[in-house]
Amino acid sequence: MSPTLSHLDELEAEAIQILRETAASFERPVLMYSIGKDSTVLLHLALKAFWPGKPPFPLLHIDTTWKFREMIAFRDETARRLGLDLRVHTNQEGLAQGVNPFASGSKVHTDVMKTQALRQALDMWKFDAAIGGARRDEEKSRAKERVFSFRDRHHRWDPKNQRPELWNLFNTRINQGESIRVFPMSNWTELDVWLYIWKHGLPVVPLYLAKPRPVVERGGTLIMVDDHRMPLEPGEKPRMVSVRFRTLGCYPLSGAVESEADTLDKVIEEMLRAKTSERQGRLIDHDQSGSMEEKKREGYF
Amino acid sequence: MSFAELKEGERLREYLERYERTELLRFLTCGSVDDGKSTLIGRLLHDTGRIYEDHLAALERDSKVHGTTGGGLDLALATDGLKAEREQGITIDVAWRYFATNTRSFIIADCPGHEQYTRNMATGASHCQLAISLIDARKGVTTQTRRHAFIASLLGIRHVVAAVNKMDLVGWSEDRFREIEREFFLYCQRLGISEPAAVPISALQGDNVVRRGTNSPWYAGPPVLELLESVPVDRPSPDAPFRMPVQCVIRPDLDFRGFAGQIAGGSVKPGDRVRVLPSGRESRVVRIARAQEDGGDLPYAAAPQSVVLTLADEVDCSRGDVICCVGDDPAVTLGIECDVVWMQEQPLVPGQRYLLRTGTKTTPCTVRRVRWLLDVDTLETSPAESLRMNEIGRVQLECEERVVVDGYRDCHATGALVLVDRLTNATSGAGMVRLPTEIGARRAHWETQAAETLERADAKPSLVTAEERERRWRHAPRTVLIYGPPKSGKTRAALELERQLFDAGAAVVVLDGQALRRGVSKDLGFSDEDRSENLRRAAEIAKLLNDQGFTVILAMVAPDPAARARARALIGEGRWEERGMGVASSPEH
Repeated sequence: MSPTLSHLDELEAEAIQILRETAASFERPVLMYSIGKDSTVLLHLALKAFWPGKPPFPLLHIDTTWKFREMIAFRDETARRLGLDLRVHTNQEGLAQGVNPFASGSKVHTDVMKTQALRQALDMWKFDAAIGGARRDEEKSRAKERVFSFRDRHHRWDPKNQRPELWNLFNTRINQGESIRVFPMSNWTELDVWLYIWKHGLPVVPLYLAKPRPVVERGGTLIMVDDHRMPLEPGEKPRMVSVRFRTLGCYPLSGAVESEADTLDKVIEEMLRAKTSERQGRLIDHDQSGSMEEKKREGYF
Repeated sequence: MSFAELKEGERLREYLERYERTELLRFLTCGSVDDGKSTLIGRLLHDTGRIYEDHLAALERDSKVHGTTGGGLDLALATDGLKAEREQGITIDVAWRYFATNTRSFIIADCPGHEQYTRNMATGASHCQLAISLIDARKGVTTQTRRHAFIASLLGIRHVVAAVNKMDLVGWSEDRFREIEREFFLYCQRLGISEPAAVPISALQGDNVVRRGTNSPWYAGPPVLELLESVPVDRPSPDAPFRMPVQCVIRPDLDFRGFAGQIAGGSVKPGDRVRVLPSGRESRVVRIARAQEDGGDLPYAAAPQSVVLTLADEVDCSRGDVICCVGDDPAVTLGIECDVVWMQEQPLVPGQRYLLRTGTKTTPCTVRRVRWLLDVDTLETSPAESLRMNEIGRVQLECEERVVVDGYRDCHATGALVLVDRLTNATSGAGMVRLPTEIGARRAHWETQAAETLERADAKPSLVTAEERERRWRHAPRTVLIYGPPKSGKTRAALELERQLFDAGAAVVVLDGQALRRGVSKDLGFSDEDRSENLRRAAEIAKLLNDQGFTVILAMVAPDPAARARARALIGEGRWEERGMGVASSPEH
């Protein structure tokens, strides 16, 4: 009686092993909760890894103040429903300086409100391990990322000087002030994530499902007008278009796709027929060639 | 279509259920850029629909700037992730790729073939069940090919595939392919790789990668992808002895105390008797606990599942301990002998202290001795004082606390270890535990009993007595073992001794280790177990010849003092003599 483990079971077992290693090896781990589909799966895996106990670490959300309103509602509801310790951090200096995606541009906005904010939060709470839902198949430079990825005192990543990782014997040793980024879902693909959500019936932010939403077009990309801060051209009026999102981030930087897929099944079906990658709608990835690598070196997730 | 897409008319539910059931195969690809490794991977991803349009567009842009195909689409660039790599046209680090077909999901560990190859390949291989080695059809089997096969075998990979690439550049010559295939298989045999395969391909044009090509009608085997979809996936057997290193104890309240871990070997069910090592306390498994909403407690679990076990008794058990089945125990030991791949600039030298990590246990350890260094190109061992970066050797370690280990061949997850530098925290080396009792070691048949139905050797005594033979040859027969590393002059010494004894009128025979390998021992490789078995066979032949009155001179590498002691015992103390060539006398003598 040995039913072969399916590939999804195997990925789950691997992720749980990594989460438990993190909890056992670090003094102050934290789970980076960014509300999207990957975070949804990551959180579910963490709940499973420590059941019947609770995950022995808080959740951290870096709030740029430009997230979709539905994301924030979903975040707060999730933390309340599961009774988890949710920490939210916003870069107050950046906010005071008026940094925003429109006036400052996506590059500066991302650096100040995401990367710098993350570094502030990790320093403030003295977290020594930050668990994230990033996957190696998302982007070229992520393909060489370790599962336990070392960061120096300045939270910097040195891609050319990474620790070799063999078997599941992870090297979790760090000195004071250094930290580790942990990626339990390194080996998952976008399809695996959706399949896991589907199989376990996990709730996701409604923005992943198509619905008529107010959008404007910016450089060939559909941007949803989520609040009054979106500057409109003189005479411009948002159109109601049935759209959904493949990845979620700051609303001015997240491209919507036109779609009628209003159920999870339909979304997955559309994805299976898709000819473009999920990060295509992410404006911040296109600032320059190799830009993800640059951002990761600086401490971006 | 062979890739994981929604079939026409298939319902999503059916598709997802089908996809969910697919097996996972992890494989590595090794070879340098020139061999077309990146092109092969690019081809696999492209032809299975894994390169999206926006990635393809980026690829087209990059091909114009950095490409080597004259502005045409350079699939190799799909796999070079870091800026420095794209600019220099080299691959620095292991890169991970993902694709799926209708039958399997695949993870590729893409390992660079030049600099740092040992470290990178060992890293990749530690996660994989199959290795693809790229061979340029024009160059044939090279030193590099042999290295790849060797490291794969060292890390316990049984399936090694030679992708003989650029067949278009040798006019799809079957003779050329067969020649390479023959040489490759022969080498795999020496390494004990039981399931080698070879496929003639053109990664550039796509022949025999995803689809069968029309240029090789003489090739009846499967294309690379079909091979990947059909080889049996090596997994830890559920019938193997149960092992679970404890990662942490889950104790949400006073009523629940669960031991969390990933099963390293074998399987478990409620009611099983288990032992907690190293303490040795016994108990019984009560539950394999799982939440109601996930389906409730499990009736059975096997490697590599992650589980939570509760035990019947209040046994002392925490992180670093191993829960095992009763009987078929792992070794509980302070001393470990292992094959080490060294990965840092600073060499490994005896006396140095490191942190040893095995299972979930971390303990300080000291390097006692480097027993030998292994030449990856010739597979020969030589004495060594240290191991430098990218070198492989046999090392003895002494731990400060007892550790629970299996032989690597018996159970990878409890037979593997890493060494961490105590000052820099760098991962310094990776090791595979070698135990005298593990499966591979049993290739040496010192202990194997002959069939009981055989007649006793002295049942029909010879009509010629030993005394008569001695009088005829004017000396008592002996066995002289002349041993030492390759090129230490043992064959010359053996031949000189033979001349001397022959001139004195003795009946004398020389048995050369190399000569044995051409016949009697052609099934053996160069692992220490195989060397030990080669020595055993030589000693058995020598014993037969001694009994007939002949003196035998053995010229062999025979690096292991324990194996030599066994040969001595087999021949008999009074008839045995050994001479070491070019080796410093070691403490065993």
